[in-house]
Amino acid sequence: MIEYILGHINYWFIIAVMMVGLYTLISRANLIKKLAGLAIFQTAVILFYVSLGKVTGGTVPIVDEAYTLYSNPLPQVLMLTAIVVGVATTALGFALVIRIKEAYNTIEEDAIFTLDQKDHE
Amino acid sequence: MNEQLTILLVVVPLMIAPITALFKSHTISWILTAIVSFTSLILSFIILFDVIDGSHVIYELGGWRPPWGIEYKIDSLNAFIALIVSAIACLSTIFAWQSVPKEINENNYGLFYAALQLCLLGLLGIALTGDIFNLFVFLEISSLSSYALISMGRSRKALTAAFSYLILGTIGATFFLIGVGFLYAASGSLNIADIATRFSTFADMQLVMTGFIFILLGLGLKAAIFPMHSWLPNAYGHAPSVVSIFLSATATKVSIYVLIRVLFDLYPVAYWQALLLPQILLVLGCVGVIYGSFRAWQQVELKRLLAFSSVAQIGYIIIGISLLNNDGITASVMHLFNHALIKATLFMGAGIILYRTNTTKLSELRGFGGSMPWTFAAIVLAGLSLIGVPGTVGFVTKWYLLSGAIAQGKWIVVVAILAGSVLAIAYVWKIVEAMYFNSKRKMVIQNVKSGDINLAKAPISLSLALWIGAAGCLYFGLYTELPYQSAQSIATALLSSEVAQ
Amino acid sequence: MMTNDLILRVVTKWLSPIIILFALYVQFHGDYSPGGGFQAGVIFSTAILLYALTYGLDAALKVIPETALRVAASFGVLLYGGVGVVSMLLGGNFLNYSVLADTPLAGQHIGIIVIELGVGITVAAVMILLFFTFSRRVDPE
Repeated sequence: MIEYILGHINYWFIIAVMMVGLYTLISRANLIKKLAGLAIFQTAVILFYVSLGKVTGGTVPIVDEAYTLYSNPLPQVLMLTAIVVGVATTALGFALVIRIKEAYNTIEEDAIFTLDQKDHE
Repeated sequence: MNEQLTILLVVVPLMIAPITALFKSHTISWILTAIVSFTSLILSFIILFDVIDGSHVIYELGGWRPPWGIEYKIDSLNAFIALIVSAIACLSTIFAWQSVPKEINENNYGLFYAALQLCLLGLLGIALTGDIFNLFVFLEISSLSSYALISMGRSRKALTAAFSYLILGTIGATFFLIGVGFLYAASGSLNIADIATRFSTFADMQLVMTGFIFILLGLGLKAAIFPMHSWLPNAYGHAPSVVSIFLSATATKVSIYVLIRVLFDLYPVAYWQALLLPQILLVLGCVGVIYGSFRAWQQVELKRLLAFSSVAQIGYIIIGISLLNNDGITASVMHLFNHALIKATLFMGAGIILYRTNTTKLSELRGFGGSMPWTFAAIVLAGLSLIGVPGTVGFVTKWYLLSGAIAQGKWIVVVAILAGSVLAIAYVWKIVEAMYFNSKRKMVIQNVKSGDINLAKAPISLSLALWIGAAGCLYFGLYTELPYQSAQSIATALLSSEVAQ
Repeated sequence: MMTNDLILRVVTKWLSPIIILFALYVQFHGDYSPGGGFQAGVIFSTAILLYALTYGLDAALKVIPETALRVAASFGVLLYGGVGVVSMLLGGNFLNYSVLADTPLAGQHIGIIVIELGVGITVAAVMILLFFTFSRRVDPE
């Protein structure tokens, strides 16, 4: 049991990071904090993929005569794309937050909700 | 030569979108968008007729063989989805000609159209690719551009709607990505066909099941399947008209297409039958139909009403998938097409109302039906299709759906479908009542720019697009060959791939 | 504006060219060692960001006007797609670099360098644009 936990220690940490992100995302009313949570959540997935590609004892995947065992480079390449997607999402999110701030003069979710309710009446 | 045509579907928007982003003029950006969407329509027609007999077109990107390279493998389902997406893109483009100058800030024309093309690019890419990570990338391209497009709506609520869509959409996409990661850890491959053929070698690994659940949840969020639909009504209700038309008809459909691919091609049916997933989906579908229709009936604003009705229609599609017989899947696939057509038409109607009266609140629309008889007639026609009156496209789908449910002896499903239709009558009637009756009441007109006394002039391009859509609802209801043949061939292919395994 | 921060201003003046040089190294050595367009683009943009942070937005806009950035962002994507289209015109599949030169190996080299250049230009331009757009929108307090 202990061996199982220690053997997958990186995945336990990744799960912890992921939950921190998801919890921040759900529990905070501040839109900026929500985006921060989202970014942490995405980072956890990136770590997850990079962990997947690690081969025990393998070196960086650059071909060299001295080494025969390499880590799998594919997950890292995939994550390069995922990072770009993450950056785009965060940037778009911040852009929206700025415009929400200009339109509502607040970035607290419940305050925005009350303002919307007022509009409705 | 036809292989090169498939990639052109993605390359044309990829090359033209960055050029469009540089222009500020509405005319130039519109013409470029029109070129993109009509080229895609022609290309997808050619491809569909190539593969409708059940053959494949295979395209290897960069000349790399799968599973190392990314492979586009086009069968009739891919081509059919590509056709739906590009056909709706054409309708939206026609509609955009007069609608965009009124609704979008004039400094953003180029960027707006570029985002629209990128969204089209993403959706077409999802429809074509046979590589599951590539699919994620295209999913995010289309989603990111749709968040931006939705946020360009007129009211400030569009901003919050876009923001919550961004949060939920990103969670969905990230869940999908986690699922793909688990699947990759188990199989060592990202090619859908490759994973499917070697599935039995790693089927009992727990990673595969975990991955499956993550992928399902992610796609469920993106496709707005019943309990995960909360982003949809606001997003489509507050987006600019063109965006509502385009996204409501394509975005969720394409996510459902991915769901079909995952359920039938990536994972064997027996695998998720053992997880009781058909039953779960069936319940979600039925509840979604009734809940969506009921909430639609409660709405007081036309675009939100239509958005909730989308939730219900997605329920029908899910029911068809989970019936797991030929009729059910044929109905689902046909409904992807039919609903795209119906909803696009209805949102175009709402867009024209918004254009001419500056409001879509049902209470303020009283009596406008008489002042704009043609628009009103088209809306009624599409509304009848939504209910499923014989002679319209909606009827065809519901007929096959019912016969599929009866064949399985699932009477509760039959009841749910019928109840959904009754509620559909109720909410379509609500529109008709608001627009046609009570016309004696004094109309409250908000200030309408560039119009005659109480209504802006009938916009030609808008009416043209609307009537193409409405005619489509009628035409494909009477002459069902094209969608039916495609759907039939798709359903056979999906189910037979099971028998082979 | 930080007019009195002598240390910051001098360090920025010394550091920016080095960062840009490093970006170019990562960019063009990317086919032999870790690196490539994404990384290089971001590194390049940090040089401009650093400059903008110390000398102010207006000074940075004099170095790179916004129109140039917009054109560069589009140009990078076009360069990327252009390589694909050229390889299609030469009879290969989209993005098949092997047909770009006489031997497949030389073709792959040309292809990956041009593609990464396109990626680098777009990433750098977009990152700088993002920074400029945000910093203009929010007034300094």
